[in-house]
Amino acid sequence: MEARIRIRNTKSILFKGVIVFFAFLITVPLIIVLLYIIKQGVTQVSWHFLTHVPAPVGESGGGISNALLGSFIMVMMSSVLAIPVGMFAGIYLSENPHTKLAYYSGLCVDILQGVPSIVVGIVIYFWLVKPLGTFSAISGSVALAIMMLPIVIRSTEQTLRLLPPSLKEAALSLGVPYHRVILKVIVPCGFAGILSGIMLSIARIIGETAPLLFTAFGNPYLSSSITKPMESLPHLIFTYATSPYDEWHNLAWGASFILLMFVLTLNIITKLITRKWNIQL
Amino acid sequence: MKNKRLDLSYSQMKWETIFRRILIFMSIVLVLIVIGILITLIMESMPSIKSLGIGYLWGKVWDPVSNIYGAYPFLIGTLLTSFIALIISIPFSYAVSIYLGEYNPKGWLSNLLKNTIELIAAVPSIIYGFWGLFVLVPIIRTFEAKIGVAPYGIGIFTSSLILAVMIIPYAASLGITLIRMVPSPLKEGAYALGATRFEVIRSVIMPFTRSGLFAGVLLSLGRALGETMAVTMLIGNTSTLAHTFKDLIFGPSNTMASVIANEFTEADHTVYLSALIELGLVLFFVTVVINLIGKRIITRFTNN
Repeated sequence: MEARIRIRNTKSILFKGVIVFFAFLITVPLIIVLLYIIKQGVTQVSWHFLTHVPAPVGESGGGISNALLGSFIMVMMSSVLAIPVGMFAGIYLSENPHTKLAYYSGLCVDILQGVPSIVVGIVIYFWLVKPLGTFSAISGSVALAIMMLPIVIRSTEQTLRLLPPSLKEAALSLGVPYHRVILKVIVPCGFAGILSGIMLSIARIIGETAPLLFTAFGNPYLSSSITKPMESLPHLIFTYATSPYDEWHNLAWGASFILLMFVLTLNIITKLITRKWNIQL
Repeated sequence: MKNKRLDLSYSQMKWETIFRRILIFMSIVLVLIVIGILITLIMESMPSIKSLGIGYLWGKVWDPVSNIYGAYPFLIGTLLTSFIALIISIPFSYAVSIYLGEYNPKGWLSNLLKNTIELIAAVPSIIYGFWGLFVLVPIIRTFEAKIGVAPYGIGIFTSSLILAVMIIPYAASLGITLIRMVPSPLKEGAYALGATRFEVIRSVIMPFTRSGLFAGVLLSLGRALGETMAVTMLIGNTSTLAHTFKDLIFGPSNTMASVIANEFTEADHTVYLSALIELGLVLFFVTVVINLIGKRIITRFTNN
């Protein structure tokens, strides 16, 4: 009897050991990747690196200003496109959860969340690139906006659903019109949650390469024209990482470092916001 | 005076209607986007569906130069990379779920680990691909030389390793939430009967959360199937299938997503381009169905 219990206890402790081992082992690849990118990238970054376009093959120096500007412009444009649609659709879903339209658009959010990013690239190619006759920043932005939508919608919907209904009822009973109740009471109350959803979606799309391959394409020169091909950080990394030249690899390491820092900062800020306001996303 | 007030409330009412219409309109836009995506994919893959027929899916040869298109190599490549990645990732995602859901649900260490695992999902896939190309590939190459296969370095195995890391957070974060939802009276009952911690996990927590954990695995499978950039950089982009199983696993290959990424801008005639889009359509259907099943299981689980 004693022995049996001892065996069961040992088994339990062993099991815990295995679980703890695997649970912490998974952080190792992340830490290795982060340290490696920082080690390779941090030496590349300088003022020159941030303000110059990539140097041609064989010349040293050069920077990633075209990709920085391109990523900035495209993320801004896709935010302008996706945030209003996403917020309003999210408000609709949280306000009318039981209508037929809510069922179908909820289903569509789930579908959009699962669509492989490369498929979005293909579709936008036929919607915008082919009719316009050229790769362009505007088509890249639309592709990124579609990737952003489900995150913005879900975070808006879930934040607003958590607000107590008494807030809305109080405002309505004072005779405040419906749209002002939503825009002046409900949305400000859930602002932190909506904002963190938006930041999370930006962190997600700024690193997306696949939807840009056939839409924004890439551009070795500094360009701010939205009807022309535009470079972006992830696309620059892809092009230069798969090239055979060492100088170009270094450029890509530097760009990876910048991209990684940006994504991590956005994620950490979001974490802090959600913790401060105690939001579940 | 009274009239003016009435006018004001009329204009407010007008705004209210407009506002409600905007809300409905935006939700309709969402539905239209999804329908549009589906229609575009179907329309644009029509030339290939018409000229290649259903046999396209199991045609073994992909040779655009001689106008022969068969999707079989890519289906196999996609399924192999995703399933190997899934098998590698399952012990990790289950361990994380059990550890953070049951053993250590609160406290700074728990929060730190949970946030770190969420950061894994935040790192862009292009960065995993780049790192894999320069760090993982040489390591795999030495490993392959040791076990006696052609030392390519790139290929299905390398891609699966990176993919496994990338998909763990999706199954894990869901698993943590679900295991925390197990009602404590159930666990307490088992403890009162003298069960050890391991026995509680095995015979109470696991059976209770089985369907939910399975849904988490489905969601990460959906991610793995559609993942493009990291795989494109690491898989070697070869459209012919190796003959032996060993060469297949350790040799270069291609997935549906990677062949689209590589050849879409080069596709110079209608059927070629359309065959690639048909791959996209298949990918779209498979990932959507997997995701919807996963979501459905989760909804049922949380509602019970």
